[in-house]
Amino acid sequence: MTTAAGLPAAFRDWFATRGWAPRAHQLDLLEHARAGRSVLLVAPTGAGKTLAGFLPSLVELAEAGPAPLKGRGLHTLYISPLKALAIDVARNLEMPVAEMGLPIRIESRTGDTPPHKRKRQVERPPDILLTTPEQLALLLASRSAVELFGGLRRVVLDELHALVTSKRGDLLSLGLARLHALAPDLTAVGLSATVREPEALQRYLVPQTADPPHAEVPGGARPRSTQDGPDAAGWSPPSRPALRAPQDEVEPGRATLADLVVVEGGAEPDIRMLELDRPLPLAGHMGGLSMPAIYGLIGQHRTTLVFTNTRFQAEFVFQELWRLNEENLPIALHHGSLDVEQRRRVEAAMAAGRLKGVVCTATLDLGIDWGDVDLVVNVGAPKGASRIMQRIGRSNHRMDEPSRAYLAPTNRFEILECTAALDAVHEAAQDTPDPRSGALDVLAQHVLGMACADPFDLSALYDEVVSAAPYADLTWEQFEAVVDFVATGGYALRAYERFAKIRRGPDGLWRVRDGRVAQQYRMNVGTIIEATMLKVRLSRSARGAPGTLIPKRGRVLGEIEEGFCEAMSPGDTFIFGGEVLRFEGIHEDEVMATRTSQGTDPKIPTYAGSKFPLSTFLAARVRRLLADPAEWERLPMGAGEWLDQQRQRSLIPDAGELLIETFPRQKRHYLVAFPFEGRLAHQTLGMLVTRRLERARLKPLGFVANDYGIAVWCIGDVAAREAEEPGFIAELFGEDMLGDDLESWLDESAMMKRTFRDCAIIAGLIERRFPGQEKTRRQMTISTDLVYDVLRRHEPDHVLLAAARADAATGLLDVKRLGLMLARIRGRIRHKALARVSPLAVSLILEIGRERVFGEAADDILAEAETVLLDEAMA
Amino acid sequence: MSAALARVSEVAATQTRVAGLACRLDGSGAMYLEADATLVVADLHLEKGSSFARRGLMLPPYDTRATIAALADVLDRYAPRRVVALGDSFHDRGGPDRLGGIERATLAALVAGRDWVWVTGNHDPVLPPTIGGEVVSEIAVGPLALRHHPAPEACRELAGHLHPVAKVVRHGRGVRARAFLTDGERCVLPAFGVYAGGLNACAPAFAPLFPGGFTAHVLGRNRLFAIDHRTLCGD
Repeated sequence: MTTAAGLPAAFRDWFATRGWAPRAHQLDLLEHARAGRSVLLVAPTGAGKTLAGFLPSLVELAEAGPAPLKGRGLHTLYISPLKALAIDVARNLEMPVAEMGLPIRIESRTGDTPPHKRKRQVERPPDILLTTPEQLALLLASRSAVELFGGLRRVVLDELHALVTSKRGDLLSLGLARLHALAPDLTAVGLSATVREPEALQRYLVPQTADPPHAEVPGGARPRSTQDGPDAAGWSPPSRPALRAPQDEVEPGRATLADLVVVEGGAEPDIRMLELDRPLPLAGHMGGLSMPAIYGLIGQHRTTLVFTNTRFQAEFVFQELWRLNEENLPIALHHGSLDVEQRRRVEAAMAAGRLKGVVCTATLDLGIDWGDVDLVVNVGAPKGASRIMQRIGRSNHRMDEPSRAYLAPTNRFEILECTAALDAVHEAAQDTPDPRSGALDVLAQHVLGMACADPFDLSALYDEVVSAAPYADLTWEQFEAVVDFVATGGYALRAYERFAKIRRGPDGLWRVRDGRVAQQYRMNVGTIIEATMLKVRLSRSARGAPGTLIPKRGRVLGEIEEGFCEAMSPGDTFIFGGEVLRFEGIHEDEVMATRTSQGTDPKIPTYAGSKFPLSTFLAARVRRLLADPAEWERLPMGAGEWLDQQRQRSLIPDAGELLIETFPRQKRHYLVAFPFEGRLAHQTLGMLVTRRLERARLKPLGFVANDYGIAVWCIGDVAAREAEEPGFIAELFGEDMLGDDLESWLDESAMMKRTFRDCAIIAGLIERRFPGQEKTRRQMTISTDLVYDVLRRHEPDHVLLAAARADAATGLLDVKRLGLMLARIRGRIRHKALARVSPLAVSLILEIGRERVFGEAADDILAEAETVLLDEAMA
Repeated sequence: MSAALARVSEVAATQTRVAGLACRLDGSGAMYLEADATLVVADLHLEKGSSFARRGLMLPPYDTRATIAALADVLDRYAPRRVVALGDSFHDRGGPDRLGGIERATLAALVAGRDWVWVTGNHDPVLPPTIGGEVVSEIAVGPLALRHHPAPEACRELAGHLHPVAKVVRHGRGVRARAFLTDGERCVLPAFGVYAGGLNACAPAFAPLFPGGFTAHVLGRNRLFAIDHRTLCGD
């Protein structure tokens, strides 16, 4: 191992003057870099990860001496998931460089970087460039990419654990594959928080071996015969040897891995449940009972971060804390919908140590240091063990001091979930999601980008793409279909050949058609589809005309999703910016709202659980906890007694079983199931079971789903049917629901249409909408819902539908998880017919009315609107 | 909409009167004038997909096929003596030339054997004679003027151009669907083409056309719903 002695004198002195010693892992990374190895550094927050990542570059550049006037070319590229983080890290890196007087130029590049600076960065690149995955894609799609990146030595990927789970991670993996191809000597460094299975990240960093086994499948092999001319059906032969992974010689079929450096532990986190001296309610997500205790904790600490799972919960908590705030403690609110100015003010006040408490959402989840936080409170269940560790990492950003945190459950189910999460933290067990299969819509975007950069050879590009870990299993046929999609839409009806966006030339290389297509690519780059947001404005009445609001006047409070507003009628009340507002209407891209009188309850129910579903890993722990009565003694605030009552009045399922209860209530027949598979999978389950009950003529009226289970209510008696036809319920929950029932639901599922829209935008089928453009472009845009309908009818196997399906499997519809659950519970359903609602079921029934239920009731809603006039006439 | 397209023939039509003429509002978005055995459709926007493809947005090219199939279905059910297409039948001037072989033949078969009137619209101010039928800027049926763009003043007319859709929100759920808007004297028809988008019936463009308000006949899944304009929501 390298010792501090291996450091150049300037570095040793710098560490010494600050009273620091270089940490072992920092020197370790230096050694890996000198050996030309790619490496993944896994370390807890506060371990000096960023410096470790940059140290080898700084040393190399320092040893190289001053650059020639025109620069020496880009040496190190740093990619962060957040542009704020890229800017922050650039600033932090400037400090040691300035203090050591190193001749190193460091610059950041984000969407906000002015054009002249961007231009200069390409013409005279800095030594170190800090940027985002989207900016990297843009740089790679330019003609100057070869020159810019040809001499690149190192790429540093920060917060890699957060990046790889998304389409942005797919995009970045393709960019990384291109970088490895442009600069064969490049080594990659990944920085990650603690993860359970680092192998996926190690794979991500280095090119995977070419010639995957599927290339040998008969009919799956790409044609290797030479063909002349731009024949759409004939693919060009490989023009150069397949990429070989530089990292290691590996056996065929085995993944290539980057080296791994793990920094153990730091101090054990001091994390516990916020225990109250009374039982928690059976349902609800707001945590009102915990507020006095949380307020007390804020008073006792320097700065407390109060994390919530949703914006609405943040709004509520903020309001409640101020209701209690007799001491006028400086407590602020921070969430992504608030006005940017206001957020910046809160951040500045926090960094200056002027705030005692900040109520916030996931917007503060990632990376940046905010002042002197010594306590984190998480209101509600954490939904995943890794997420809670990440949030706790916000407190005491020094590795050697324990982080202090409280989990504040809001109902009894959440007590179970918090207990399971605490157990996981204690065992240092983490729930990392499965590595993704690269999305095809992202690949389509990348293929067009590559054509914008330089003419490409199809076979060489395929080799490069499958060297990216997420795309390692991509077949030639899939690749071909994606390229075909980029060129002409890839439809069986070859209607658009003459409009092709990329074409194969006589030299066998594929080129972009013209500059306009390249411009389209640049406008569309990236994988983040923002929900359309509307400004919320506190409107004022016109003078002399009370009740008449003047549009575009009054203070802007922040922004709100268009989808939320669509479900409101004038007069409805909702919570925003810490107060209850009355919705007055929408004017252009703004919501007009007015203040309500004190004590008005918000009328519009909003789902207040987490945006993230309960993780698979945590769900399994919750099921085990539930199934083991010996564990119940540990459950505080009434949860143990609650489960005891459940055991007496109904039953407690084994960890592998599915409990289904049926009971009558208020002239309805209820069916309640507890799969513990997370809200998204449950919503899909609810839709499908409702359809099946409808077909069985049991007349379902609605359903509700949360992270723990579903409840369906019907006019027909499900228990009676089961008595007549034993096995009816088992059949109802049969795996075949993922066949025809799923298909027919997908025809009209709003969530599926949203999923498709996002794929269509990423793949470049339609143009991205930008704020402010809506009005002028309205005539030019087309509803993707219409496109979806047409495509499903006429070309159900189209590559874009395949992409949307892949997303539905793991995204909003969570079909994959549902499928695994249905397989798991086959033959293990425990049905209990009850005379009345059980203690567990109460928690679910109480959700009714809190959440919007997606149903097929479109005609019912129209029919009701139709009677409005009739009612007036009869009145 | 695919579900609606698939079973539009099961959707019960609404019978009503415009300017005293008995008509049926069909679930497909077409209107049938009984006395004249005339079927009226608005805003087919044929070849909209290929129009986008020219600009590099490769929308599925099946829109023309799907719209013509829906048209064939409604013609089959009403067997009208005459068909009036209320303008914007093609998404752009080049549309007729871009028609695929099958689509061209299917459309020609529909046009043949009955009176077919193409009213011109802003998207298709000129139509080539090869398309068959008669090309006019306006046509009268009884007391009604049939034209693409609604006239600014009060009058008895059937018009298209605006692609009306109605939105209703109840219990926190919104439904948005195509609609016929009428005050008994004038009717604005919904767009018939599968890629034609919609303009909310609460948009300012509609108010001057119906100073006394209107009823929206909203295309539901199983029937049409007559909804008062005061019950509708903006987007």
